This record gives sequence, structure tokens and C-alpha cells, in this order.
Amino acid sequence: MDRIPILKMGECLLVSIQVDMDDDLALALRDSLTSRIVQDKARGVLIDISSLDIVDSFIGRMLANIAAMAKILDAQTVLVGMRPSVAMTLVELGLSLPGIQTALNVDRGLKLLHCSPQGESSAAKHH
Amino acid sequence: MPPSIISETVKNQAVKLNAASDVVMIRQAVRALAVEIGMNLVDQTKIITAASELARNAVIHGGGGDATLEIVRDAANRLGLRLSFEDRGPGIADIQRAMTDGYTTGTGLGLGLGGARRLSSEFHIQSAPEQGTKVTILKWKG
Ligand SMILES: Nc1ncnc2c1ncn2[C@@H]1O[C@H](COP(=O)(O)OP(=O)(O)OP(=O)(O)O)[C@@H](O)[C@H]1O
Ligand SMILES: [Mg+2]
Repeated sequence: MDRIPILKMGECLLVSIQVDMDDDLALALRDSLTSRIVQDKARGVLIDISSLDIVDSFIGRMLANIAAMAKILDAQTVLVGMRPSVAMTLVELGLSLPGIQTALNVDRGLKLLHCSPQGESSAAKHH
Repeated sequence: MPPSIISETVKNQAVKLNAASDVVMIRQAVRALAVEIGMNLVDQTKIITAASELARNAVIHGGGGDATLEIVRDAANRLGLRLSFEDRGPGIADIQRAMTDGYTTGTGLGLGLGGARRLSSEFHIQSAPEQGTKVTILKWKG
């Protein structure tokens, strides 16, 4: 399965998860996000899960891992776009995602993180 | 609650569980069946999530196995999904303990079994050391 693209916007990294991730892909995303936080000196990480129709314990644990690692690296993580049905299911599953900040949508998430939407993209900066 | 009486299996599908990618396959297959019977979105999400947990357990803890996905009907004409996950792995010595939230012998959160039970209408587990594990869940529509 293809890797999930990580975009840069100002001092933030943006990820939109558009595929049904298997466990290996979720682990790869965690690891590449962690190294990109260091490489790009990111202060914020925004993860858009509006396309995900389920979050199970493994994916939930990866999201929590990302937030924990980001925090150690002095970056803040915001999870946006969780569907109501996913939120209800997570509660019943028993997964509370402690330490993960959430926002309703990408706009609000970006405001929370103070990333400017007009910021340069990673493609524009590095090449 | 006594187990429901199923009067008919409307559809039956077998899926192999060998690798992490099969867990994704299970999610997609269960979603398709849930949509087919017109299950509401929240119940769809719950049964797909429960299936994902049990399929992963069969792959990770059970060393692989087989899933059977069924659309079933009861005497009152109610439709539901019955999903079973069977492996020939090491089995579980203390089922009650394994069902406890937070108990894990791996690196997980120990939420899979307890969570799958909460997300389903009915839950049945059969396991013994060296005998493998079979978990069956059922969710009725509406
Ligand atoms: N199919 C199985 N075969 C053997 N042991 C199992 C099986 N399913 C579960 N277990 C045992 O029960 C424990 C609890 O399972 P459960 O799914 O609740 O948590 P987990 O898989 O350890 O973590 P999580 O599902 O939260 O990622 C497992 O750690 C394992 O020891
Ligand atoms: Mg599990």
C-alpha cells in the first residue's frame, strides 16, 4: 500500500488519512511523521481523519503514539474531522485517546495550531 | 440474555485471516454486508470495528485463521450479521482475564475482546490452551 503524504504548511505538518490503513501502514505513518517533525522543525501536527469510517484500537493507539511523540519533540497534535459514529464507537470500545486535542474541522484545527494557511508548502520550500 | 434463535442464513462468506492486510479485507467485507442489509451508520461502524479487533487477534495472537461472515434472519424476520473468527493458535487459558479491559499479553491496549463484546448484540468465545480460539459475534439491524 502507498505511503500517506505529509504536507508542510508554515510550521505545521498536515496529514489527511484517505485510505483504510492496515497496521503496517499506520506504523509507517507514525514513524515518518515523527522524523518529519524533527526534520522540518514542526511545531504543530494536524491529522485529518474525516475520511476514516472506523478507528479501531490499533489505529487509535497509533494516533495516541503520534501525539505522545510529537509532544516530546515539542510539537502539538490536533486530530480533526472525527465522524460522530466513530466517536461513539471509540467510547464503547473503551479508547479515550488521552492527551489528544481534537477540533471539528481543518480550519479550526489550523487556528488552534496557529499555522498560517497561506504558509509555504514543503514542495515549494525544499526544491 | 439467551442466544437468539437464527432461522435462516441468508448469505455466507469465508475470508482467510493470515496477514495484517486481511484485517482491512475483513473490514471492507463486513461493511459491504452491513450496507447490504441496510444497517444504520452507527451500528455499521460498531460491527466493523468489532470485526477489526477480532480479526487482528486471530492474526496476531492466533497465528492466522478463518473468518465466516453471515447475513442471518430470525423468526421475526429481523436481519443481522453473524461473524466468527477462528484460529488454531495457542488458545486462551483464562478467558475471563483475557476479556478484562487493559489485560494484554502483547503490546496492545487490551481492549479488543472487551470492546468487541460491548460493540455487539451477542458475543460468544470458545477457547482452550492448545485448542485455538473461536469468537462469534452477532449484531441485529436496528
Ligand atoms: N485469538 C486469540 N488467540 C490467543 N490469545 C488471544 C486471542 N485473542 C485474544 N487473546 C489473548 O487475550 C488478550 C486480550 O485480547 P484483547 O484483544 O482484548 O487485547 P490485545 O489484543 O492484547 O490488545 P488490543 O486488542 O487492545 O490491541 C491478548 O493479549 C491475548 O493474550
Ligand atoms: Mg486485540
